[in-house]
Amino acid sequence: MATEHVRTHAIDMNSILRGRDKNSGQNEICIKVENLNLHYGQKQALHNISMDILKQRVTAYIGPSGCGKSTLLRCINRMNDLVDSARIDGKILLDNENIYDKSVNVAALRRRVGMVFQKPNPFPKSIFENVAYGLRIQGINDKRTLDETVEEALKGAALWDEVKDRLNDNALGLSGGQQQRLVIARAIAIEPEVLLLDEPASALDPISTLKIEELINELKEKYTIVIVTHNMQQAARVSDYTAFMYMGELIEIGNTNQLFTNPKKKQTEDYITGRYG
Amino acid sequence: MENTNIGHHISGQFNRELEDVRNHVLTMGGLVEEQIELAIRAFVSSDVELAEQVIKQDNQIDDLEMALDKECTQIMALRQPTAFDLRLLIAILKIINELERVGDLAEHIAKMAIHRSDIEGNKNDSYHEIRHMADLVKAMLHDALDAFARMNIERVPEITGKDDNVDREYASIIRQQITYMMEDPRNITRTLNVLWTVRSLERIGDHACNICEHLVYMIKGEDVRHLSREELERKVKG
Repeated sequence: MATEHVRTHAIDMNSILRGRDKNSGQNEICIKVENLNLHYGQKQALHNISMDILKQRVTAYIGPSGCGKSTLLRCINRMNDLVDSARIDGKILLDNENIYDKSVNVAALRRRVGMVFQKPNPFPKSIFENVAYGLRIQGINDKRTLDETVEEALKGAALWDEVKDRLNDNALGLSGGQQQRLVIARAIAIEPEVLLLDEPASALDPISTLKIEELINELKEKYTIVIVTHNMQQAARVSDYTAFMYMGELIEIGNTNQLFTNPKKKQTEDYITGRYG
Repeated sequence: MENTNIGHHISGQFNRELEDVRNHVLTMGGLVEEQIELAIRAFVSSDVELAEQVIKQDNQIDDLEMALDKECTQIMALRQPTAFDLRLLIAILKIINELERVGDLAEHIAKMAIHRSDIEGNKNDSYHEIRHMADLVKAMLHDALDAFARMNIERVPEITGKDDNVDREYASIIRQQITYMMEDPRNITRTLNVLWTVRSLERIGDHACNICEHLVYMIKGEDVRHLSREELERKVKG
């Protein structure tokens, strides 16, 4: 029959034409960095950084070693407060509130802004207690609440199926990739708004790395994520926005698709294509 | 970000791979240009032997296209190119596809030359109108390949602009051939050969324009297909 070739259902042209634009939909600012300068003693590590970090999006910082990307990340939950020689001026607004304001309770801030480091750092306790830790120090000891939250967090970190039968085993017996996901579960158990990931996959094998990347993609449904990575392809895969930093300066920040296909600045182009500038 | 520099990667091996693939495109382009020239010469002078040579040589173009496809795929898989490097490879994949089609059109003209010789014998008709149109499209293709070799798109609007001359020439030859057909139906077979040939030439002009569009994408990162000539010119200069 001739009509067999006629399409019986309409194709969604618009969805094809939109392409894989990751950044459609609402763009609400979660974190606003304004004219941020940071000195370690005499040495200036960050030069007048300003950028917006959008809610429920993944923003990646890339750049060569020593460019200040980890330093900038650590400013977002005031980890640099722990460094004696660090001096900061400028503002970081989290939901319109300057986190460097004197009235800010740093412990409360870090509950809202969780962090995961390059090397997984589980406590030498059981898997369960690792995830429950954040709740216990908040004084929550109700068994049912703890059980539910730990299960939710482990599911959220895509680890539940692998550990549900051995929650009382020591966390140090897990593989590196599992430990890293456990640490992420510990971070999300207290339901932060923002997750800072400092090279979360650089010590992991390729499969564990892919699991973490997949997890990041799921986590952004609920959290605003900022990730520092040395692996440019990883930044390209997981992030919606990418910021390229060089010698303590923000050179370019943009939509990841655009930054990796047609960057605006020559320094960015040279770095992402592996050229010496 | 405009970048036209293939070299300067930290990896010297990557520089060499990109340089190689660029040179192979230019080799393929040179071969295609030669094929057009030989095909037209065969048609105009009813040279069957030359036409057969053109038909035989088309295989080389096909082989080059496949080899370049493979080269680009391998570089993409192994090097994960970004920015200009990525656009260069994407543009090359499209350009070699255009070149392969031009090669087929040259082969088609060569077949028309044999056909013509079968029905007209070894009559040496000057066909200067075809010669002239062929010169126009050959120049367009040559300039497009030259722009690729130099990684410079300044002349793109000028090159694509020449397509208007080609189209005018094409329309005028069609009108002329229709007159021949009306004058004497015995001219129809000969006329059809001419029409098929100029049709191929006109298509070659279009492929040269397409190559120019891929070059703008490569250098500027802008997709300029299906734009008016003014918009194209603005994008090239902007």
